[in-house]
Amino acid sequence: MDGVILLQKQLVDYSTSLYKEGFLDDQFKQLQQLQDESNPDFVVEVVYLFFEDSERLLNELSKTLNQQIVDFKKVDAHVHQLKGSSSSIGAQRVQKVCIAFRNYCEEQNTEGCLRCLQLVKHEYSLVKNKLETMFKLEKQVLAAGGSIPMH
Amino acid sequence: MVMAAAESQFHVLAVDDSIIDRKLIERLLKTSSYRAVTTVDSGSKALEFLGLLGDDDHGNPNQPCICTNHSQEVAVNLVITDYCMPGMTGYDLLKRIKESSSLRNIPVVIMSSENVPSRISRCLQEGAEEFFLKPVRLSDLNKLKTHMMKSKCKNHQMPENLEDPERPEESTATSSPSAETSEFQSPQSQPQLKQQQQQQSQANNSNNNKRKAVEEGLSPDRARPRYSNDLTVVSN
Repeated sequence: MDGVILLQKQLVDYSTSLYKEGFLDDQFKQLQQLQDESNPDFVVEVVYLFFEDSERLLNELSKTLNQQIVDFKKVDAHVHQLKGSSSSIGAQRVQKVCIAFRNYCEEQNTEGCLRCLQLVKHEYSLVKNKLETMFKLEKQVLAAGGSIPMH
Repeated sequence: MVMAAAESQFHVLAVDDSIIDRKLIERLLKTSSYRAVTTVDSGSKALEFLGLLGDDDHGNPNQPCICTNHSQEVAVNLVITDYCMPGMTGYDLLKRIKESSSLRNIPVVIMSSENVPSRISRCLQEGAEEFFLKPVRLSDLNKLKTHMMKSKCKNHQMPENLEDPERPEESTATSSPSAETSEFQSPQSQPQLKQQQQQQSQANNSNNNKRKAVEEGLSPDRARPRYSNDLTVVSN
């Protein structure tokens, strides 16, 4: 069987599962549509910006929530940013946790916030892994001389 | 379309504190054929870029005052700004632009991740061209283009236009728009929302300032924040 076709199928199956499991939503497809020959790395670039920005925010959140007196406005501001950026790239599960997180901020519920922080860290690392795996698969397809199939 | 060529000469200033969203909006604008795009990360930097430095911009005493010895070097044809930003919000920026005699004719579009009807109508009332919910899509910008083309056509026929000292789309750009994006450093369709806004904006039209009143007679749907597929055809 043709190696390229196999790799492409692997990629499509993997990508489909990410949407099915809610890791990614339609916004990610919107990103892919903005990529073309003149901007061949657009998606990877945006996603890596998201990784950097998210890690910064998660660090800030850890710091802020572990203060003696928690500044909930600050926490909320960080979560708002994370919610926004995850929404912009289509990282749906991260975005959903952020919504719950903001509710706990509003209630000034430290325990709830700490739980959400753990949850959002977990979801973030999951989607990071998934995206990196998908990028690897894409690279393999391209290296084998194939093209990335679009949904 | 002939107008599309003119549109591509537009210099757009995009304002957003999120680096991800700046990258996104820049790409969306470029894909929508706006060739000259500048992105900045704050309202005060936007004002700086527009050549409008005010006393209240220097909240940070350590920030060097990059006073322009030119009043407005770059002709900006469209400002698209995020609403929620630290310091100066998109609404504050909108107000500043609309209060400035030299800048008030520049169309301003507001983007927000939050669907707050009162926020939306406040922005529209202050003179925002459109209000987009994030994440912004290509279809939003395409509809904006159509909307801007319509208003361009109509504005050229309005006698009241003679009162306006400056019309940015007619002024020659002092800096030629490059095909590159510059990062200025000194530093869904939602039918329910649309319906709501339609009602609100049409109610607001009669209360608006002069600028909106001028356009009211021609284009009642101008203030609609998001278009769906029922754009009315230009008929003059």
